[in-house]
Amino acid sequence: MRTRPILIMLVPLILGAVALAQSLVIESWRNDDLVIWRDTIIPAFNAQFPDIEVVFAPTAPAEYNAVLNSKLEAGAAGDLITCRPFDTSLGLFEAGHLVSINDLPGLENFSSVAKSAWITDDGSHVFCVPMASVIHGFIYNADAFTELGLSEPLTNEEFLELLEIIKQDGSYAPLVMGTNDQWEAATMGFQNIGPNYWKGEEGRLGLIDGSIGYNEGGFLKAFEALATWVPYLTDGYQAVTYPDAQNSFTLGLGAIYPSGSWEIAGFNAQADFAMGAFPPPPPAGQEVCYISDHTDIAMGLNAASPNAEAALTFLEWMTTSEFAELYSNALPGFFTLSSHAIELTDPLAQEFLSWRSICESTIRSSYQILSRGNPNNENDLWNASAQILNGTLTPQEAADQVQQGLEAWYEPQQ
Amino acid sequence: MPPRRRKPFPFHILVFLTPAVLIYTIFMVYPLIDSLRLGLFSLNDTGREVFVGLDNYRTLLTSDLWAPRLWNAIRNNFVLFAIHMSVQNPIGLLLAALLSSQIIRGRALFRTLIFTPTILSVVLIGFSWRLILSPLWGIAKDILGIFGLESLYRPWLGLESSALVAISLISVWQYVGVPMLLFLAALLGIPDELIEAARIDGATGWGVFWRIKFPLILPTVGIVATLTFVGNFNAFDLIYTTQGALAGPNFSTDILGTFFFRTFFGIQLQLGNPTMGATIAGVMFLIILAGVLLYLFGWQRRLQRIEL
Amino acid sequence: MTSRRGGNKRPPRGFGHWGQVVAAHAVLITYTVIALFPVLLVILNSFKSRRAIFRNPFELPNSSNFDTVGYQTVFEGANFLLYFRNSLIVTIVALLLILLVSSMAAFALAEYDFPGNALMGLYLAVGIMIPIRLGTVSILRLLVGIELVDTLMGLILVYLASGIPLAVFILTQFMATVPQALKDAARIDGASEYRIYALVLPLIRPALGTVAVFNMIPIWNDLWFPLILTGTERAKTVILGAQIFLGQYISDWNAVLASLTLAMLPVVILYIVFSRQLIRGLTSGAVK
Repeated sequence: MRTRPILIMLVPLILGAVALAQSLVIESWRNDDLVIWRDTIIPAFNAQFPDIEVVFAPTAPAEYNAVLNSKLEAGAAGDLITCRPFDTSLGLFEAGHLVSINDLPGLENFSSVAKSAWITDDGSHVFCVPMASVIHGFIYNADAFTELGLSEPLTNEEFLELLEIIKQDGSYAPLVMGTNDQWEAATMGFQNIGPNYWKGEEGRLGLIDGSIGYNEGGFLKAFEALATWVPYLTDGYQAVTYPDAQNSFTLGLGAIYPSGSWEIAGFNAQADFAMGAFPPPPPAGQEVCYISDHTDIAMGLNAASPNAEAALTFLEWMTTSEFAELYSNALPGFFTLSSHAIELTDPLAQEFLSWRSICESTIRSSYQILSRGNPNNENDLWNASAQILNGTLTPQEAADQVQQGLEAWYEPQQ
Repeated sequence: MPPRRRKPFPFHILVFLTPAVLIYTIFMVYPLIDSLRLGLFSLNDTGREVFVGLDNYRTLLTSDLWAPRLWNAIRNNFVLFAIHMSVQNPIGLLLAALLSSQIIRGRALFRTLIFTPTILSVVLIGFSWRLILSPLWGIAKDILGIFGLESLYRPWLGLESSALVAISLISVWQYVGVPMLLFLAALLGIPDELIEAARIDGATGWGVFWRIKFPLILPTVGIVATLTFVGNFNAFDLIYTTQGALAGPNFSTDILGTFFFRTFFGIQLQLGNPTMGATIAGVMFLIILAGVLLYLFGWQRRLQRIEL
Repeated sequence: MTSRRGGNKRPPRGFGHWGQVVAAHAVLITYTVIALFPVLLVILNSFKSRRAIFRNPFELPNSSNFDTVGYQTVFEGANFLLYFRNSLIVTIVALLLILLVSSMAAFALAEYDFPGNALMGLYLAVGIMIPIRLGTVSILRLLVGIELVDTLMGLILVYLASGIPLAVFILTQFMATVPQALKDAARIDGASEYRIYALVLPLIRPALGTVAVFNMIPIWNDLWFPLILTGTERAKTVILGAQIFLGQYISDWNAVLASLTLAMLPVVILYIVFSRQLIRGLTSGAVK
């Protein structure tokens, strides 16, 4: 009975929360970037558009799809939607959740390659403003390399010799990576070194038109190359998670971290040793090197947004060189997809970017079209790659398993 | 038997029932039925819902794509349940028996402390155990080292053979407080005279427990088993926080909860499939319903017969 | 086990008795250590530098490894005081309402023999068996429809609805144990049915405590509904606020450990408050 006054006191508190503020809400999976958006990007936008309040409301990456889809279904999602590349966002566009932004002024600052991940199959509608791509490669502990007298490997054979030397020495884990979360095995393993074996775009497009399968040629070789990593992985790698591996490397316990450029900001903040980077080394005798330069992130307009006009203003601002410069430097390793010439200040990020001029670029093999069906090609690759490293599948078995999954629904492969 | 009230219309019954029934119906039953209904529909090419009857259930139970995952998840759920029944509930009973005993000092303190893990977020539990068992942090290895057993260390959470058992034991650790409290309440509810009488007849502590106390708390054993069953078949959070929605390695920790989540909401590039997700939820519901009915009509009825 | 050899008519004394006492305490102490060790590990390490967390996880915080950088990160990145307020309001209001409406329904089910009683009991209990998560999209649509999305009230209603089945189930069992003579005596004195409900309620205090503890935990710790039903700062709960520093993809261990510690403290305090009630009820013998 004493509870009654308390309840009555609480009513205004609860009701007070109902009044809605007029502001743009950005949905994103990049919770790591919360502070950068809040303290750098949004203030820069507000300097020009002081009347539009912007809130960056990220969700943890693992939950993003589920949360976003639920909110979109119910009409409760934010005004601006951070777009994953290809089929996931295409699905949102086809379901009417994202609008076509063909007429957005400033879209001419993006090449057709940059827009390719957020465009309908017939090329008639672009639905997200491309933000950044990420490049795969290896980050290494430069102090450890100096200590052991090592230099960056130019071929895969040199790479394996290098790993053997580090292993024999014993003071560092040669390759810092775990298979617990599965996706690293596919993303930082298979998709990182693979383009060298399947010849980049040639192989990737071959999968799409059905002229090559996962269990033959370059793709099989890529699985086999991945299997050669097993003796050099961190102790107990089967239970090592992604953050475990990151911490392990930045604490100086390992020598080489199979990676992507998105790690740069975090590593700069946490590592107290010098770092370098090298691109995935091609097999000896291969003249051309290939890198995965993956279109990763973009921003679209929620079709149900009540603040569409303000949101379009924000999207238009995102096409400017000001945004490109801010974003690329605030988040070194996320390389702008716009054609603005911008100055990168971070040396490690510059190193990654420089590979664009010496190697052929491609994107991850499973992202375009191949992950539309069930079983999902990307998820199959996670499972197969992790199983190769865990020693529960041979490269051939893993390749067959992935190929079977694709053949189950993808006609050109049947 | 409660006395029959012979009033014209028992308005008070309505008053007592209405708030709970109304809120429960609007905010739980309706959304759940609305979702379960989806299991009988399928999305056609234009994204419209089409009634397909039990087709989704047939697909789930028979197709090469779905059936192996489903049976794997159900099997893992039963392993989870078996480990809880054979480890969690006996430990809970043992602790409750000790805590109800007059010879223990500081019973309230022990009770409070042992229950602590149960009140903590699964996120915290998952994270701490992941750290403890992590090969990188090496705590588990160090602790084994104290007993000279360092060589027994394995990255348990990462191995197909041991991940599910390790997760189950973490869950046991977290929830052992629940059966403990329920058993404790039942044990404390046994009249002292009964025990005194048994003692005078020459029964020992051990004998009193098994011959007098245990039969009296059998109804609680049934409730605990049912709650464990329901809890285990609804489980999701711990596996999601430690192993992710893919329930690795290679689906060895995949249970119905994670299977449902992945299917309903999608994962990474895989778009969600609400209709198949709802079908999986329908299967979960049927399994749990079967378990509860078994308890209601099997266990409880037999107990009533014993009491007669 | 020693007691098997032990006494005849009275509880055994002497060596066997002491052995039993020591063994019983040893079991309890061992289990308590196992129960608390991981929790203490998180709290202690949240006050240490990252290097110290890794190199010497067992070391107590001291002058050489003490570091509150995790707490700084957490407080800079999030408005924790607001989140605490939100979590407290949601948890407490939802709990009080669950106890109120469920005890009323349980009273009706246990006390009156009306047509459809069993069916109503089953209807209310069926919710125990289905994860409410399944209804997420429908719940969200519903809340959008009545303009309660992104409010504390929306969360409270969802937790209230999902707490009712188990609460009614447990409370009905306990309501049935209240001696009939007591209620009949009150009826003879002319008490209304509402008065009798008010009379019975204090008698099942331990059950109410149990229900409160069982419901408080999932409500406070829930990540899912705050994630879906709230979007902006003003309705965020502690666990959702801490989520920014948690999860599989976050490598800042200092922030993770600090936010875990912060998210854990209030629920421990709440638990201690309710568990007093629970334990007093258990030991007073009111259940018999």
